[in-house]
Amino acid sequence: MIYFSFHYILFRTVVMGFRSLWLHRLRSFLTMLGVVFGVASVIAMLAVGEGASYVAQEQIRKLGSRNIIIRSVKPPLEQRASVERSRAIEYGIKREDAVRIRNSIPNVEVIVPNRIIRDIVWNNRWRIDAQIVGTVSWFHQMRKLSVIEGRYFTEREVDEVKNVCVLSVSSFRALFPMGSALYQSIRIGSSYYKVIGIIEDEDTSANIQPSSSSGILLGPQERELSKERVGQSEERISALKPKSILAPPASYKIYIPISCAQKRFGETLIRRSAGSFEAERVELHEIITVVDSEERVEEVAKIVEDIFQKNHKQRDYEIVVPLELLRQAQKTKQIFNLVLGTIAGISLLVGGIGIMNIMLATVTERTREIGIRRALGAKKRDIVIQFLVEAVIMSGTGGIFGIILGFLIPEIITYFSSMPTIIQFWSPLIAFGISAGVGILFGIYPAFRAANMDPIEALRHE
Amino acid sequence: MSEEIIELKGVKKLYKLGKLEVPALRGIDLKINRGEFVCIMGPSGCGKSTLLNILGCLDRPSEGRCLLNGEDVAELDDDTLSEIRCNYLGFVFQSYNLIPQLSVVENIEIPLYYQGVSPKDSRRKAILLAERVGLGDRLDHKPMELSGGQQQRVGIARALVNDPLLILADEPTGNLDSASGKEIMSVFKELHASGKTIVLVTHDENIARYAERIVKLKDGLIETDERI
Ligand SMILES: Nc1ncnc2c1ncn2[C@@H]1O[C@H](COP(=O)(O)OP(=O)(O)OP(=O)(O)O)[C@@H](O)[C@H]1O
Ligand SMILES: [Mg+2]
Repeated sequence: MIYFSFHYILFRTVVMGFRSLWLHRLRSFLTMLGVVFGVASVIAMLAVGEGASYVAQEQIRKLGSRNIIIRSVKPPLEQRASVERSRAIEYGIKREDAVRIRNSIPNVEVIVPNRIIRDIVWNNRWRIDAQIVGTVSWFHQMRKLSVIEGRYFTEREVDEVKNVCVLSVSSFRALFPMGSALYQSIRIGSSYYKVIGIIEDEDTSANIQPSSSSGILLGPQERELSKERVGQSEERISALKPKSILAPPASYKIYIPISCAQKRFGETLIRRSAGSFEAERVELHEIITVVDSEERVEEVAKIVEDIFQKNHKQRDYEIVVPLELLRQAQKTKQIFNLVLGTIAGISLLVGGIGIMNIMLATVTERTREIGIRRALGAKKRDIVIQFLVEAVIMSGTGGIFGIILGFLIPEIITYFSSMPTIIQFWSPLIAFGISAGVGILFGIYPAFRAANMDPIEALRHE
Repeated sequence: MSEEIIELKGVKKLYKLGKLEVPALRGIDLKINRGEFVCIMGPSGCGKSTLLNILGCLDRPSEGRCLLNGEDVAELDDDTLSEIRCNYLGFVFQSYNLIPQLSVVENIEIPLYYQGVSPKDSRRKAILLAERVGLGDRLDHKPMELSGGQQQRVGIARALVNDPLLILADEPTGNLDSASGKEIMSVFKELHASGKTIVLVTHDENIARYAERIVKLKDGLIETDERI
């Protein structure tokens, strides 16, 4: 006769377990449901959480994890010296701030001064109200925006103040609904620019636009045109107002060399609102400091903050550190996961208690069987394994169905709400491991209770 | 190997019921030799089942020694006792004690299962034994689908499947009519003829006649011990 190893005996015990569970299919199925829903909710909730935090982190990452973004912010009303009906105010980042950062921090790689201007852009009869971004040649690399067609402008074109521009996808669509834009000319304000490329849209949801509201830019050298432009702007505002409630009009972006922006648009912004007249002077709307390594970002951010605090009397700037945001997002995600884990743990606990309850009932019900098996040579260990295996089969099968359900739920959520969901490869593994663990944890007491019965008493049990 | 399979020396068994101590056995000395067919008789409550459980390594004496094949059962741990039951003993119960959800062959296979015999071998052996007790055509039936006598024959087949040194039967005919009782007893007689050692508990004088030695118990003591 061939005598078999422990593994083989375990295999036969599993078969036996399936059989006796099958005998009470409804009961086993209902018990399993607890684990099914527990596991499914773990996977589904983690997938939803992961998807949400992925979106947030991706938005932040687009800003660049080594970047420090400094923006000009209009100081609040109370802090301004006096309230006049018509006046000119000056605030925000100065070019000398950029120079100071460059000079005092050695590890700073690039400083990109951005000029952001709102204006009307024309392509024949198509026109849009766009944000004109005056920037340098490596801007798209910093923001990780891919060039879809054509190319970005070069350093040389910046130096030579060339009238070239790059369209974002959405402004391209709005300006050239009929097709190709490359090497066509568009009119920005009163000058013509040649389109040399199209790039991906920036992520608007990450709130990286300066809080500049409606207004147009008037360069000092263009004063003579002011009348015409102001007239134009009124017309535009009235035309766009209803629309602007629906969608922020600033989502169209057009990139031009910063030299062009400075030369052609100057630095004064005139705002007309409710009959009052305000001129705002902002030298630089936004600059980005790129640090050589992520570890030094926080340190550099502090130095930048110090530089600004020393040189600005009022808080007319804001410093955004994407890395910090990213860390915060990750921390939030951790807390989120912890909360989810606790909820999932509780639901699995409930499932486990269900298993324990049924196993205790089973053990009582099968007391006689236990007595017979013991009398015929089963060791305590054999009985423990027999009942433990049944518990683990229930929780494990529940776990498998829970995983299937857990994969379906995020699909359904994504299908109906277009919310992204991400199932991490480890989440079904962990869920399955936990469910099997629940089976062992909650099966062990009934199993030992079965094994420790007195065989004679058990045999006598009715 | 000694001739004596079992030797009991001053075996006592006390059951504690709260503060009250119930003596079930009060000092039993008994030797059973290989190949004997012993019948244990006595009035209800005299300790027959208790004695059989001790012989069957299901219970330990409160006092005294129980030597099984020369080994003191009291010194063995639970696992070893299970192994002894598994490899050397066969039990036949009054109420058959078959597992209801298992078929006839599967019930017969149980002791082999715990021996770790391969499914093929144990199936072959179980079928052989089922045939031997005349149930070759009922292999896949469930116990509920069999008559009492047939169920008891399954029980005997199960007790034999591991080629036991000693067969212990507690009133195997107690639940059967006299005809099926006779059938069962003829199986035991056959077993005895083939050299098995059998210890059988019964109330019935007619049953006791099959044995070659009758031990009568009274109030936890051996009253008479006579060979026929
Ligand atoms: N688990 C127990 N707890 C307490 N007392 C017990 C227990 N088992 C048996 N007894 C007592 O021990 C004595 C002997 O019982 P046992 O079952 O051995 O009798 P028996 O001879 O088999 O009787 P019967 O012929 O009715 O089966 C009885 O008085 C019984 O009350
Ligand atoms: Mg009895």
